[in-house]
Amino acid sequence: MAFRQDPFGDLKVPLTWTAAVALIVAAVVGVAALLSDRRETLQTEAYGVARQAVDTVSAPVGGVVAAPGRWTGDLLGWLGSYVFVAGENRRLGRRIIVLQDQADEAVRLRDENERLRAMLGVRTDPPIPMVTARVVADSRGPYSNSRLANAGSESGVVVGFPVLSERGLVGRVVGVSRGASRVLLLTDVAARTPVMVDRSNARAILTGDGGPNPKLEYLRGREAVRDGDRVLTSGDGGVLPRGLPVGRAVRGLDGRWRVVLDADTGAIDWVRILKFRDYAQLANEAELAVTRMPPVITESRQARIIDSPPTPTAIPPKPVATTPPKPATPPAKPAAAPR
Amino acid sequence: MSFSAARPLDPWRWIGVPALLCIGATVLLAAPIRLFGLGLPEPVFPMVCAFGWAVIRPSILAPFVLLLTGAFLDIYWGAPIGLWAISLLTAYAATLIMRNMMTGQSRPMMWAWYVSMTAVTLTTGYLITMLDVKAAPSLIAVFWQFLATAILYPFAHRLIDRFEDADVRFR
Repeated sequence: MAFRQDPFGDLKVPLTWTAAVALIVAAVVGVAALLSDRRETLQTEAYGVARQAVDTVSAPVGGVVAAPGRWTGDLLGWLGSYVFVAGENRRLGRRIIVLQDQADEAVRLRDENERLRAMLGVRTDPPIPMVTARVVADSRGPYSNSRLANAGSESGVVVGFPVLSERGLVGRVVGVSRGASRVLLLTDVAARTPVMVDRSNARAILTGDGGPNPKLEYLRGREAVRDGDRVLTSGDGGVLPRGLPVGRAVRGLDGRWRVVLDADTGAIDWVRILKFRDYAQLANEAELAVTRMPPVITESRQARIIDSPPTPTAIPPKPVATTPPKPATPPAKPAAAPR
Repeated sequence: MSFSAARPLDPWRWIGVPALLCIGATVLLAAPIRLFGLGLPEPVFPMVCAFGWAVIRPSILAPFVLLLTGAFLDIYWGAPIGLWAISLLTAYAATLIMRNMMTGQSRPMMWAWYVSMTAVTLTTGYLITMLDVKAAPSLIAVFWQFLATAILYPFAHRLIDRFEDADVRFR
């Protein structure tokens, strides 16, 4: 028997029908994949092995692919600054005057803040550690808006960390692999971010729709927002720290309130990934471990109910003031009820 | 008359190479580069394959390669796995069904057919996204991607022109 290179060479099947069956099988596989996808859960285990593998490979590849563009951009920037140096100088001079006023005001406000905090005994949140990463790939379509940053699990990044550019909030980490993190942008159609209007303190949910300006939904109150109002993260729900800059409110063409994102005003080459899980990490664990009850003081200084942490061997002090003193003489009998 | 002498198309040439080129182009355009403050467009390159392969001839391999290409787009763009695979397969199926009507049409008419199939793909993606996240994507954003994909027809024409007559059974 002659050796055949193609064992299926003589197989005769009606191609059109077989192609139709192949198409149906492929479609069924696609639907099954879609139904089993759990991207919206934003959980570590939902970010599958395939996504992690592709991200791990894509990060260095994207870095290499983006390098010529980055060099060209740097070169154009250098040429632009060289050609327009006189105009740029004048513009920067004007800007310095404005910034100097703001810097003076900032010093005054910082001083006032420190004094008021000292008076009120307010404790500020400790600084949140962060990781700096470079964006190596970018998806800008209507159904998915995400970026790939070249810092991953080896840098301590986990799912849920907020991501900022030098101007404002960019999004949240939704997937982590070794050497890469997938950042879901605020503009993604699945993104929901609790925000507040700085002027009125009104709360809203920033809802992405795949376009450049996400919507402000569930906005309550009269005059809650005006054109140009600053929008910050509200910290509600504890997924993001409070007060991160998001953007400015504008009225969209559809009549809805939208946000022009601060992070969108320039190229996002570098991002900072805040290592923020929730507010619990801001608390001092050592202090929380001590279960000390606050002292309860009555009018009498001698009548402290609890003034020391309970210990297993300690005998709780006798409640002195809570027991009424025994009367020396029995109370007089009440008078007989009138008949 | 027997077709045994007819040399079938080499799947690597008309399916493998175009699919790899589409993936390469997708990776290239995903670079985070801004020109004059604007980001690069994001066309759906595998749409060229979905249309071209269906016009050239029915195939057993093409739907599965399209499934894999779509899955790559889903993973690389961070979309739900299956979104682009289903969208591209829908366009492939629609093109395959209407293949007899397209045969022999002029280039502008074929471009119109391609644009229609691109609309089918993006509409499918729109509906899947609506069902998945319970929110409607921006129609303006969808239109920009539609426009960026619609202008890719010359690549599809090149693919069809190159392989349409390669298999005599499907002339």
